[in-house]
Amino acid sequence: MTCDLCGQNEATVHLTEIINDSSRELHLCETCAREKGQQTAQQFGLAELLGGLADFGAKLEGGPAKTKLSCPQCGMTYEDFRKSGRLGCGNCYEAFHRYLAPLLKRIHGSTQHVGRSPSAAAPAQAQGEGPKDELARLKTSLKEAVAGEAFEEAARLRDRVRALEAKLKKR
Amino acid sequence: MTLSDLVHQTGEWLRGSGPHGEIVMSARVRLARNLSQAPFPQWATPPQRAEVLKRAVEGVNGSAFLKGSMVLELKGLSELDRLFLVERHLISREHATGGFSGAASASGSHATANSTDSRAVVVSDREIVSLMVNEEDHLRLQVLQSGFNLQEAWVILNRMEEELERKLPYAFSAEWGYLTACPTNVGTGMRASTMLHLPCLVMTKQINRVLHAITKLGLTARGLYGEGTEATGNFFQLSNQVSLGISEEEILDNLERLIKQVIEQEEAARKALLNQSREALEDRIWRAYGTLKSAHLITSNETVELLSLVRLGVDLGVIPTLERGRVNQLFIQTQPAHLQKLEGRPLNPSERDARRAKLLRDSL
Repeated sequence: MTCDLCGQNEATVHLTEIINDSSRELHLCETCAREKGQQTAQQFGLAELLGGLADFGAKLEGGPAKTKLSCPQCGMTYEDFRKSGRLGCGNCYEAFHRYLAPLLKRIHGSTQHVGRSPSAAAPAQAQGEGPKDELARLKTSLKEAVAGEAFEEAARLRDRVRALEAKLKKR
Repeated sequence: MTLSDLVHQTGEWLRGSGPHGEIVMSARVRLARNLSQAPFPQWATPPQRAEVLKRAVEGVNGSAFLKGSMVLELKGLSELDRLFLVERHLISREHATGGFSGAASASGSHATANSTDSRAVVVSDREIVSLMVNEEDHLRLQVLQSGFNLQEAWVILNRMEEELERKLPYAFSAEWGYLTACPTNVGTGMRASTMLHLPCLVMTKQINRVLHAITKLGLTARGLYGEGTEATGNFFQLSNQVSLGISEEEILDNLERLIKQVIEQEEAARKALLNQSREALEDRIWRAYGTLKSAHLITSNETVELLSLVRLGVDLGVIPTLERGRVNQLFIQTQPAHLQKLEGRPLNPSERDARRAKLLRDSL
């Protein structure tokens, strides 16, 4: 495939713009992509780019339509997130966990936080979740994943459960 | 301290000192934080945002570090004052206008979020520390330092953060770290950046190669005023892209290593130009100086381009009579809002061009 702009070089950068459910594709070579960088970043805003990435999760999972999925705490739906590229509250991360995990993996190349966490002096954490709560939650998600035959997800959860159990034992 | 006091003072980050001050204008580290149980600003109702502001101000007042800082609510500020804060790098453009970068406003009952309601900024004495409230996230804490001082900036930021978190419970998960409105900031919530002045890499046409390489290695390049701005005056802001799965120290360490290499490249380009075409280089520098010294009308774009060459002249010892700190200051003072604050009244664009030219003639 040749570049849509210069029509000469091989296109290696592929962009998809989604407006109201209709999508448009743009194929660029590296040079044109770089030159267009500034313009492209504004034309295809972060929201659209993230929306495109968020769709990636859907195809991967092949799961049921998730547009109805919503956060019990703030009421944001997954569709709202897809449109705006911004989540509604901390709890959305929990509500959309299955779909955010592959998205985060694509953005950051990782799905496990390392580094600073609120110190012991800090008041009760975020979603009120301590390591034990987290373990319980992970085990539930693991069961769900196995029941839904989402084995890749299940393997990831299993590893998290093991790591957390080991950490709790050390304490 | 009031907003007007800022007009006559120079932000710490413009001093032109610090390691590698001849290439690194400033170093900045910021953390994105959200209060637990409260909807993120863009999705929150006005009363919810007001509540966040109230709690944030309580946190600031209870912090020994931030005590006595200036708290400015954006709603009470004129458009000019807001632009003034943007020019000083104390708030983002989005924070000033009430918009959110790149995000389409969500429909329905939450659409009221695009306003300056309950948005605020907290600014410390010497403008080293600033804290935006209700921008994209509840809190955006930043430390700005002069020169290649990322570690020092982080030490200050870390101490402030330790104090604040005792008062303010943050949205945090053991798996994904600090939870932010945009998934690109989740994890450490950290964005570390340096503002580099790279005129000789631009002149020798090596800049694209360098930027391309560092982009592949996980850094982002932006212009003088951050996200969505073009590189002007040969200034490039380089920052980390990834914030999850990597610790704060690793982020800083990676950034420092890569920036060091960019600095070396710029140094080599400066040396090569001096060796191979000293006269041509000195000619460009002095012509830039001459224009700034004698123009009677000058736009801000032309000013930035020419000041960049003058700054290079100072750094290379070609112009021995000027100080780097003064040149840095002129980059900011010649911006539209600063000129109008200095003059004490609104100026239309052509009046600004005349006022700017006068300021430059008097200062150089």
